Amino acid sequence: MKHNFDNLNLIFDKYPKTQESLIAVLQDIQKEYQYLPCEALEQTSEVLDVPLSKVFSVSTFYNSFSLTAKGDKVIKICTGTACHIRGAKLLQDQLENHLSIKAGETTEDMKFTLEVVACVGACAMAPVVVVGEKYHGSVKVSKVKKLVKAK
Amino acid sequence: MTIKNVKDLNKIRKTSLATQKKHPKKVLVCCGTGCIANGALKIVDSVRDGLEKRNLKDVTVEILKETGCHGFCELGPLVIIEPQETFYTKVKPKHIEDILDKSFLDNEVIEPLLFTNPVDGSKITKYNDISFFKHQQRIALRNLGKISAHDMNEYIGVDGYQALAKVLFEMTPDEVIGEVTKSGLRGRGGGGFSAGRKWKICKDIKADKHYVICNGDEGDPGAFMDRSIMEGDPHGVLEGMMIAAYAIGAKEGYIYVRDEYPLAVKHLEKAILDCERTGLLGENILGSDFSFTIKIARGAGAFVCGESSALMKSVAGEVGEPRAKYVRSVVKGLYDEPTVLNNVETLVNVPTIIRKGADWYSSIGTKKSTGTQVFSLVGKVRNTGLIEVPMGITLREIIFDIGGGILDDRPFKAVQTGGPSGGCIPESMLDLPVDFDSLTEVGSMMGSGGLIVMDDKTCIVDIAKYFLEFLVEESCGKCTPCCEGLYQLLKIVERICAGKGVEADIEKMERLSENIMLGSLCGLGKSGPNPLMSTLKYFKDEYIAHIKDKKCPAGVCPELITYEILDNCTGCMACIPACGYDAIEGKKKEVHVITQDKCTKCGACYAVCNFDSILVS
Ligand SMILES: Cc1cc2nc3c(=O)[nH]c(=O)nc-3n(C[C@H](O)[C@H](O)[C@H](O)COP(=O)(O)O)c2cc1C
Ligand code: FES
Repeated sequence: MKHNFDNLNLIFDKYPKTQESLIAVLQDIQKEYQYLPCEALEQTSEVLDVPLSKVFSVSTFYNSFSLTAKGDKVIKICTGTACHIRGAKLLQDQLENHLSIKAGETTEDMKFTLEVVACVGACAMAPVVVVGEKYHGSVKVSKVKKLVKAK
Repeated sequence: MTIKNVKDLNKIRKTSLATQKKHPKKVLVCCGTGCIANGALKIVDSVRDGLEKRNLKDVTVEILKETGCHGFCELGPLVIIEPQETFYTKVKPKHIEDILDKSFLDNEVIEPLLFTNPVDGSKITKYNDISFFKHQQRIALRNLGKISAHDMNEYIGVDGYQALAKVLFEMTPDEVIGEVTKSGLRGRGGGGFSAGRKWKICKDIKADKHYVICNGDEGDPGAFMDRSIMEGDPHGVLEGMMIAAYAIGAKEGYIYVRDEYPLAVKHLEKAILDCERTGLLGENILGSDFSFTIKIARGAGAFVCGESSALMKSVAGEVGEPRAKYVRSVVKGLYDEPTVLNNVETLVNVPTIIRKGADWYSSIGTKKSTGTQVFSLVGKVRNTGLIEVPMGITLREIIFDIGGGILDDRPFKAVQTGGPSGGCIPESMLDLPVDFDSLTEVGSMMGSGGLIVMDDKTCIVDIAKYFLEFLVEESCGKCTPCCEGLYQLLKIVERICAGKGVEADIEKMERLSENIMLGSLCGLGKSGPNPLMSTLKYFKDEYIAHIKDKKCPAGVCPELITYEILDNCTGCMACIPACGYDAIEGKKKEVHVITQDKCTKCGACYAVCNFDSILVS
């Protein structure tokens, strides 16, 4: 995939050029491109003066970072304890089935990425599914298909 | 305006109070994550439009308050009309016209939007008459749902930053530490270590720099109190940090916030910016010698980063692996300097303790666990949400009086406390007074305060498997006992769930657990076997049922159950499209049939059937 990396400098400019900024910079890159493109990691290493190996180890250690491109819409199924007890597994099963992908994968047309996350902090409304930035609470099996359509 | 000294601070307080007095009539809209998910922002817009229509545009700020979380998220969006304290639930934009005309401008109540008492079906008008709120005592959550979450002046109006002024001008750092120690405040992040004592150890170490870090990582799945506090009372957290910093002599502080909490980050950023602009953060705060700055460090989705040494590595931009604890992080923490790390809830209690005194605080709760504790009461309980209660209250009071009992009146089975480091507590112990020590005694933990209620449809072995899966996924991989040991435990439990367990597995798991607890590097591994051990202790029968009888009494473990359709099936055809595996056949108004070879036991048919026609056995 081809990206325009001009925006990277805007990200770098926001932070002091030290290792302390590494996670914040990676988060901003992840937000911009939905994943961490290789070239962006190389530039980060250069600008922050942190070895590329270190940048890579941080990128792979933390769950929020992804080294592969994600779909247009990321669907996060909460599998935290409260949601687990109220049927998150069934929702995961339904969504996986409906999109014909497993959690952690992206549909071939790059429209959806399905992820699981342990608690999004809205436990009182379990089970919770987050589509893009929108939280859906008390999700029922009958609502699953609509979630995927929801713009 | 800048706040150069205490006089300036009090001026703002006075103005804020005068405004409150002038506008007693208010519309409070809960804007916590839960209510926003339910559409609270649209409610805010509708109220704003409605006020404009009624020529009240100039005083919108005084009337309309976007508050932090009330805790009763399930019934959101919540709207409260002050001063009557009328409490409306599940409000939609179309209700706003009515609410403004009748309830806000006039004194009527709108019955259909009131809370329905689940016990007798009666309607309850006032916030404080609802049993969910009635039994609470709010110290950490004092400002949540009361003031606009992102308005510094309002925080100052409710005595905000008065405790800071008090410590800066009336108390020495040692006196502050003395007061916090005397209050008995214990860390709310899990360990329950005395906050005052931690501060004292840190202060007494000579070093170039000291740091204060607020732990907002909140990794326990099922707990969301820190999130709500950071979102709803960011200034309370900052003030707590400033007092801690003054006490130990720190000039720099960090708040480590979980990546999944964007709204908390936003509100904290705004609060910090407001403080920097007015001079409440920076050099010579309030004209004193005290200088302090706070930075936000965002986590990146690793549970282990809630652990102190891992967290500090993460703040420094490194991989968050814990280190051995022969040198504690309070001695050698961030960048090897002495560091105080406290949980969000611990810190937000500090300003009130300073203002009202240690004796007042220690009069609440029990002797060894003073004050209150915030719990997130979730799972199979009727009223789910965030509550704050005095320590020493019993689990029964929490679950049945505040929580209103079990969902759908099913039998209670267990309550899980302490997250992945805690355990499951059975019905026979419901009268246990909840505090740090009593929970540890019965093999669980206070942890961050998650209370996850389970009914007879929750499989205990599945829960043990769930926590092991979580821990295996989150184990950082640095030490073998945790990384490999937990994995082996998981494999055994998976086998049991699949009906392939043998009796000797139980002893094997016990032995392995002991070794993991002894040999692991950090708290994740040390307490990792807790959920398994506690369920083995209190629910051995259920393990035996899985192992010997090859049955899952709760009807959860797929390999041990079957789904059947009973003769009372009305032939409504709802389950046919719900099944993702084409396992159900049937015609309209005829009893449907499940093809067992195709059935994956996912439970979708059970979830959509309205006639109790699906039998799980
Ligand atoms: C694996 C692990 C995860 C932890 N997660 C958190 C957390 O999410 N939030 C928290 O405040 N403390 C967490 N802790 C506890 C912290 O290490 C530390 O004890 C606490 O933040 C100290 O603050 P307190 O004394 O105010 O409780 C965790 C500990 C371990 C071992
Ligand atoms: S467990 Fe799902 S939001 Fe907390």
